[in-house]
Amino acid sequence: MSHSELASIFNKNEKKVDWHDKALWFVRHKRDLSVHEVKGWEALRNLGHGIKAHTLSNLDNYLIEFEANAIKNDIQVHWAADGDEHNRIVHNIIKESNGKKVVKSKSMLTEECHLNPFLEAHGIEVIDTDLGERIVQLAKEKPSHIVLPAIHKNKHEVDKLFQEHLGTKPCDGDPQYLTGEARKHLRQKFIQADVAITGVNFAIANTGGFVVCTNEGNADMGAQLAPVHIACMGVEKIIPKQEHLGVFLRLLARSATGQPITTYSSHFKKPRKGEKMHIVIVDNGRTEQLSRPDFRTSLHCIRCGACMNTCPIYRRSGGHSYDATIPGPIGSILSPGKDLKKYSSLPFASTLCGSCSDVCPVKIDIHSQLYKWRQIITKETPQPFVKAQTMKIMGQMFSKPSQFERVGKAVRWSLRNLPKSVINSKLNTWGKARDLPEGPKQSFDQWYEERKNNQKD
Amino acid sequence: MKVGLFIPCYINQLYPQVGKATLELLEKLNVKVSYPSGQTCCGQPMANSGYESESIGACNHFIDNFKDFDYIVTPSGSCAYHVKKHYDIIPQTEDVINVRNNVYELCDFILNILKIKDIGASFPYKVGVHKSCHGLRGLRLGSCSERVEASYSYIEELLQHTKGVELMPLQRSDECCGFGGTFAVVEEAISVKMGKDKIKDHLESGVEVITATDTSCLMHLEGLITRNHQPLKVLHIAEILNSNL
Repeated sequence: MSHSELASIFNKNEKKVDWHDKALWFVRHKRDLSVHEVKGWEALRNLGHGIKAHTLSNLDNYLIEFEANAIKNDIQVHWAADGDEHNRIVHNIIKESNGKKVVKSKSMLTEECHLNPFLEAHGIEVIDTDLGERIVQLAKEKPSHIVLPAIHKNKHEVDKLFQEHLGTKPCDGDPQYLTGEARKHLRQKFIQADVAITGVNFAIANTGGFVVCTNEGNADMGAQLAPVHIACMGVEKIIPKQEHLGVFLRLLARSATGQPITTYSSHFKKPRKGEKMHIVIVDNGRTEQLSRPDFRTSLHCIRCGACMNTCPIYRRSGGHSYDATIPGPIGSILSPGKDLKKYSSLPFASTLCGSCSDVCPVKIDIHSQLYKWRQIITKETPQPFVKAQTMKIMGQMFSKPSQFERVGKAVRWSLRNLPKSVINSKLNTWGKARDLPEGPKQSFDQWYEERKNNQKD
Repeated sequence: MKVGLFIPCYINQLYPQVGKATLELLEKLNVKVSYPSGQTCCGQPMANSGYESESIGACNHFIDNFKDFDYIVTPSGSCAYHVKKHYDIIPQTEDVINVRNNVYELCDFILNILKIKDIGASFPYKVGVHKSCHGLRGLRLGSCSERVEASYSYIEELLQHTKGVELMPLQRSDECCGFGGTFAVVEEAISVKMGKDKIKDHLESGVEVITATDTSCLMHLEGLITRNHQPLKVLHIAEILNSNL
């Protein structure tokens, strides 16, 4: 289904839409308060943009440098061209260590590669340990937001879900009780885990180390307890130097939730004695996106989710309406690069208001890229006949003033004289909930001509 | 100073009063304005729908109409933005470059070229400003809530110097209204919801008249207001600045 169809379904429950919109606007507002406290916020954004642009222009060298340093630190480095290879690599590592139980902290990359169903099909238990992700995992859903995966669910829905799966008592959606129960449940899983999988927020070329940011400490719990740690990262997660963390850690948490810094910024550099640490570096379409000059800056993304929180469409349509791993504005410029046809409605799920570009901590010109994808989509994917013809006719009409005048006159006459039942018939989508203006007798052109003639007299 | 008046297609046909107010206002400010006949459209409706190539005829026609002016002034931030931002699809001749550089949204032109703040208008109403997105984040006609910058707003500055205007604050000062051109139809449900929320914000603030630099946003809001019989009026900023009530 297209974004607009899924959005219409979401909008059947207006109360839920209002709640979803308010919840995310609250986060956006918190972000505003927090960034306004930083002197030089805009300079910091510029710096973040610059470092990312530089890194992507020298990506090959930084990746090689990172690999060499990581190997020096006794980390095993693996390269995956696509999601399938990534999944096979992860599975092999688990198999080699006779692992059966895996705990995983938040990683949009493993979502993108569909790692969980792959491992589960091989008889491995995978538990998502981020609370929001655990909630959607229990509900057999996908995250609807990259930072707040279960933002589409309210506390009463979580209450019901936990009763069903974790055997909790009915608590009228008491968040403290529910969180406590989730914590007990997850502690058990942490203790039993054979392997911990984490994502990577930043991989540092000059040290070979990497940083994982969480608010719940679940990445640390997993990685510190399990004998094997597998960290999965997209190629674009590289930053050149350790000191650049000072830029990105400040940008990330403020943009994401309005916090000055994530509760845990965990630095990993080498495995503990006798234990193993692996890094899987994944391309999965990223270098192809890098090769598209108009869209390469989409790889600057540090996955803060600010563009989702600010997007008036996302807030009112829910993350699932995008039907993609990364929803919202940034997802709408990344996804068409993966499957143009499947995601062809996403770049149109925007008014091009530009709020996403202004909120982006690394200054990705998201709305401009949405516009550019639109141009490609109409050329390279099948378009409705009526739309294509209408655009052609409009294009011709606006090239010829006489035609424009004739059509304008007819439209004004119709709006003035036709009954409302005809104007707002089913064919007129605009008229479902909105009136059209009354057609004025005179156009501006006609008024101007008349005035000119009167002045001559 | 040769000033050409650019009246967007939908204002020409559906909201001629906005065109009249713009022309009268500029004349009041002693600007000699020419209105080149045979204007059509800047090409935005096709381009934003992904059919940039179908808009080339309109772009060329626009350049022909306006190439001889020092300034091109229009009561639409969105159309001005389109010319500035997206006219890179036609060859960048001297004429094209000049037109793109010299096209101005009306408030921007009055404040920053004419350097006039007080027009001598009066309008004794509670006014809510809708900061149309293309003007705000495209042309930077004001500061936006996302960026950390000194606060300013051209439209509000002119309204502050209008006698009797009481500017009403909004909960969300610069959220999009949901018009978005063909978005209004393609994503009807969200478009309508955004418009309804926007109107609610204005109503809760006690606004009597919503104004903006763009009649397109106002047409969308007015469509909802009329349908739902809400106690609000919409007026383009030119109509308020041209008032002497």
